[in-house]
Amino acid sequence: MRAALGLVLVSALALGACSSGGDTSAEGGDTKASCAPSEGNVTLTYTTWIPGIENVVKVWNEKNPNIQVKVQTGPNGNGGTYANFFNQLKAGNAPDLGHIEYDALPSFRVQDGLTNLADCAEVTAAKDQFVDWTWGQVTFGEQNSVYGIPQDAGPMALFYRKDLFEKNNIPVPATWDEYAAAAEKVKAAGGYITNFSQSDINQFAGLAWQAGGRWFANDGSKWTVNLQDENTTKVANYWQGLIDKKLVSAVPPWTTEWDNAYNTGQAWTWTSAVWGANSIMSGAPATKGKWAVAPMPQWTAGGTVAGNWGGSSTAVFKGSKHPYEAAKFALWLNTSEEALTLLNKEAQLYPATKAGASLPALSEGVEFYGGQKIYDVFATASTQVAADFVWGPTMTSTYATASDGFKGAVSGNGTLLDALKTTQTKTIENLKSQSIPVAE
Amino acid sequence: MKNVNRLAPMLVMGAATLYFLVPIWWLLVAASKSRDQFTSTTPLWFADFSLADNLKELFAYGDGVFLRWMLNSVVYTGGAALLGTLLAAMCGYALAKYRFPGREAIFNIVLSGVLVPATALALPLFLIFSQFEATNTFWSVFLPSLVNPFGVYLARIYASASVPDELLEAARLDGSGEVRTFFTISTKLMFPALVTIFLFHFVAVWNNFLLPLIMLGEEKLFPVTLGLYSWNTQVNQIPELRMLVLTGALVSIVPLVIAFLLLQRFWRNGLGSGAIK
Repeated sequence: MRAALGLVLVSALALGACSSGGDTSAEGGDTKASCAPSEGNVTLTYTTWIPGIENVVKVWNEKNPNIQVKVQTGPNGNGGTYANFFNQLKAGNAPDLGHIEYDALPSFRVQDGLTNLADCAEVTAAKDQFVDWTWGQVTFGEQNSVYGIPQDAGPMALFYRKDLFEKNNIPVPATWDEYAAAAEKVKAAGGYITNFSQSDINQFAGLAWQAGGRWFANDGSKWTVNLQDENTTKVANYWQGLIDKKLVSAVPPWTTEWDNAYNTGQAWTWTSAVWGANSIMSGAPATKGKWAVAPMPQWTAGGTVAGNWGGSSTAVFKGSKHPYEAAKFALWLNTSEEALTLLNKEAQLYPATKAGASLPALSEGVEFYGGQKIYDVFATASTQVAADFVWGPTMTSTYATASDGFKGAVSGNGTLLDALKTTQTKTIENLKSQSIPVAE
Repeated sequence: MKNVNRLAPMLVMGAATLYFLVPIWWLLVAASKSRDQFTSTTPLWFADFSLADNLKELFAYGDGVFLRWMLNSVVYTGGAALLGTLLAAMCGYALAKYRFPGREAIFNIVLSGVLVPATALALPLFLIFSQFEATNTFWSVFLPSLVNPFGVYLARIYASASVPDELLEAARLDGSGEVRTFFTISTKLMFPALVTIFLFHFVAVWNNFLLPLIMLGEEKLFPVTLGLYSWNTQVNQIPELRMLVLTGALVSIVPLVIAFLLLQRFWRNGLGSGAIK
């Protein structure tokens, strides 16, 4: 696969070089041609659904009269913008830059829709500025490949109702065993320890990521799908146990019902990403001051491993005539303090850079969480996320199948493990139907 | 027995009315609540009435982009429905009143257009507009919205039934040109049908969601449906948007309600007479 991809890449570059009249025999020439500054003024188009992005781009445009960026927007990726990207790639009018979540990057890559930025010296030089695992998400762990600039991250931690835990003398769980024990006590006190996300599979993926589950791998020629590896099985059985004992509620996530479960104190904890802080604040306003954040429970006592839920990158699409300028803008957007501060202010994005974790806005105590400096917990968690988790190229349908199975499992129809088994089979079928090679 | 005969339909109609009105009632109630009361109070009855605050927030968010979307929708929809109705009327009238070779063939082709859903055409249209580098423009949504095969069909049926050939003959004898006859005499006779076509077309364009979704990237060009949908997909990350989506949805149905209330008289006439003739 890698060889074939490389060939495609080289021939595409050769085509590009031909049209500009260059010599295509030496690979060095290609490298230059693929990330050389353009002459004259450049206008880039950038499609993203980040709210308030115009205010961030305005700052860049004022400082860079020669590289103007035009923002286009739309619904979020799975809501239609990814489909639009694919249509635009087909029609040859994709924007220069696009917002792509980590779990969708592989699907654009297998369709050969992205420009490899490894040829841009400034991009490879920026590697050390990013938290290791976020860099892994855009390079797929390969040499000489950078398919996007990491933008934001979703390191996970445990949100819990400090007041209720203290009132009922339940210690804050540090391991998943303690978490299960706490769940019994919470049930006895009339609540649920959490709400199991039956239809948003991303949370489960984050839990599996923490436990060491690795769902996909690409050895360069073939994809391996392993949704029921040992560690994922462990996570699935663990949550199935809580579901069977009716220790967790299972209202659909992101609904008002779900908000209400937290707002009225029915659900006491939520293992979620850093952006979850804002979800609780606005979904459960009545619980102001009663929450706190602790590190994610561990599988082994004393462990320091976190999961990740969400996060996205800024990618340069194939066909962009100005990859150098596009990469330059993407680097500014995702590494400069002024841009990261604005992105955090406008859209609560949590930076993917190491320095970003100490932005002034992320160093303060948060009133809603009783003044706790909650972002310190996430800053630590971000460094504890394993760097070798790879997403598959068909996540949308993988999520859909898993979600169907999980919905069944919470209503007593099959188990989470059954759901993963079906998802495994369906995912492999789906890859094959798209002529993506699979190792079995 | 007579009473039963009347009661049964009333019951069915009552149930149907309830079925259709409850979601609107829910929307009205939901849009009148503040964010925390929305989750914590009963969904079908009012809490503190904060519709005004919600409206203020809605119109202020993102430099008043919502108003812009409403305006866009009115322009796309009103403009396309007016022009589209005129085109459909002229086409249907010509097919009904003039004899020329290929008339039936054209009519059949137009008729088969009724069977092709607008959704299926969005992607091909995108690829065509890409050829002309005209995607992400006002015209990329407006031009395709002008076409209305069902309107042509309706106009033809109605014109052949309601515009007597003798009248056209008389107009010709009096020296009226064909175009003048069409605008001064025929359109008046066809008026109820035109209103029907206009309303059908209005609703179809207002609800055509996929075309703008695929064509547009410029927020300032969005119709209100696409704008609200975009907001709604961001509710997970920006929960403040939920109330704006609800309030926006309520506001966005107002023009449709107005259009129906104003034109319902014609609407019913048009449907009824279309069915008889």
